[in-house]
Amino acid sequence: MSDAIVDIRGLRKVYTGKVPVTAVDGIDLQVRPGELYGLLGPNGAGKTTTISIATTRAVPTAGDARIAGVDVVKHPAIARRAMGVVPQYNTLDRSCTVAENIRFHCLYFGMSGVEARRRTAELLEQFRLHDRASAYPQQLSGGLAQRLQIARAIAHHPRVLFLDEPSAGLDPQSRIAMWDAVRALRAEDITVVLTTHYMEEADALCDRVAIIDHGRILVEDTPSALKASVGGDKLYDLRLGETADRARLAEQLRELTGVTGVEPTESGLRVLAQTREGLLPQVITTANTYGLRDVTTAEPTLETVFIRLTGRDLRE
Amino acid sequence: MSEDSDVAIAVAAREVKAAGRRASYTRAFLGLMLRDLFVLRREVGPFLVRVGMNPLLFLFVFTYVMPHMSGGAALNPTANMAAAGGGSFGTVLLPGLMAVAIMFSGIAAVALPLAQEFGITREIDDRVMCPLPIGAVAIEKIVFSAMQSIVAAAIVFPLAYYVPSTPVSAHVSSWPFLIAVLVLASLLSGALGLTIGTSVQPKQIGLVFGVVVVPITFLGCVYYPWAALGHLKWLQYGVLVNPIVYISEGLRAALTPTMGHMPDWMILVLLTFFLALLTWLGLRGFRRRVVS
Repeated sequence: MSDAIVDIRGLRKVYTGKVPVTAVDGIDLQVRPGELYGLLGPNGAGKTTTISIATTRAVPTAGDARIAGVDVVKHPAIARRAMGVVPQYNTLDRSCTVAENIRFHCLYFGMSGVEARRRTAELLEQFRLHDRASAYPQQLSGGLAQRLQIARAIAHHPRVLFLDEPSAGLDPQSRIAMWDAVRALRAEDITVVLTTHYMEEADALCDRVAIIDHGRILVEDTPSALKASVGGDKLYDLRLGETADRARLAEQLRELTGVTGVEPTESGLRVLAQTREGLLPQVITTANTYGLRDVTTAEPTLETVFIRLTGRDLRE
Repeated sequence: MSEDSDVAIAVAAREVKAAGRRASYTRAFLGLMLRDLFVLRREVGPFLVRVGMNPLLFLFVFTYVMPHMSGGAALNPTANMAAAGGGSFGTVLLPGLMAVAIMFSGIAAVALPLAQEFGITREIDDRVMCPLPIGAVAIEKIVFSAMQSIVAAAIVFPLAYYVPSTPVSAHVSSWPFLIAVLVLASLLSGALGLTIGTSVQPKQIGLVFGVVVVPITFLGCVYYPWAALGHLKWLQYGVLVNPIVYISEGLRAALTPTMGHMPDWMILVLLTFFLALLTWLGLRGFRRRVVS
């Protein structure tokens, strides 16, 4: 037995049809209690399918998934008590008001009428929804609807909250408000598993991130460790003329103290380096004689990690 | 001895667990019912219009307007038959309109909302996340629809009493039989709604009226007793695949027994058969739609 609260082993999902599609291809995933865990990957990587299986809405082709020790395939109805789910799309009850959405959710999960009312008032306050308590979901902005979905999902005190692409379709301001709401869940000891294809989101929110592509986990670590794996604190992208001798330049650059790596890019070279006073001018001076056109500096992001692993952009 | 007690403890623990599970399922089920009642209460006006309009207008045109026309009997082909059977056309219509009201409630309370929930809003995903087996979520829809069906059927009574120009002769000879028919018929219509709602693509739900509702109504012995089809044997046997026939005939047997009707036992057996069949189909369809 592992002490992981989300324990997924050897998970596979093949959608049968004329052309069978392997959405999840052998995923192992262990999330510790209290962690904020992110699945980062492009659309179609298998993130949503993995979450769907963990939340009992899809049946795996192979492998198993346990939430708080309960097998989700064998005992879905019991496993659902331990989890809160916010799917990608808005599933709020359109016939009920904001407050009723939460209150009935509490009743479904076995609270008494009094308890349900108390919990509803508490959540409306916590998620700053009390002034919209009697509005209907159709009247809420995307950001408010998303907050209500999170409030409702945790109303029954689940051990794990699953958020599937929580910031899809949100404006930047609502996204930051949503991040705050998710961070605040730590105080309640709720483990959070989220999927996203925004690397900033995974970086800003998660304790650990798994980068997933084509139904497989490519790497899994803390965001800072993943970024450190790139091999430098700074990235200098050099745009060079067509005729430049890039191989020779790369060799010269590698000899500079502080440069940890040089990689070819489409338009020139990328220099990976440690933060070091005076290194950038040196790089520029060296590259200048090779027809340097432009230089951009950046710090490694999770996107850099993804590109290095797959050769593709997250948005492709 | 200690092994025995260990086993006993394990068994007891399992029983406690099972009892806890049942209690949790029951609460979730009741929670869903409560939510549906709550929403229905808020829309009680539209609900009454929905269930009352069809029987009101039917009775008004066929049992009030037509008899007042000159030559009304000639315009109204079943009038002679009804007279021969010992009642007015209102007497033929009472059970028939109740059958339609019951059937239509199943469509309006289950099939139409399901099409919307599957297609546009995906609200169903939230219901399915309730802590009870997925089949129970579908059963709740059937049960709640059945409650609406019974109200819809009850509304036909006062209408049939006040609207027709010649009184309807209804007589309940056996209350248990009437109740059995009402309950089976109402559940059956909910199961029919579930089957339709889960097997039709949401964008084609409008077609359901033309392809399913109208044919099963007109060929459901609603406006004529089954026995009256005696001269059209192919049709008389053909309509037996239509579950609405047993709802109409069941209510006819229970309420207006002077009209010719099928044997009571046959009605109950076939209502039960169709209830089981449609529930099975509906649950299978529901599971397929919500779990991938």
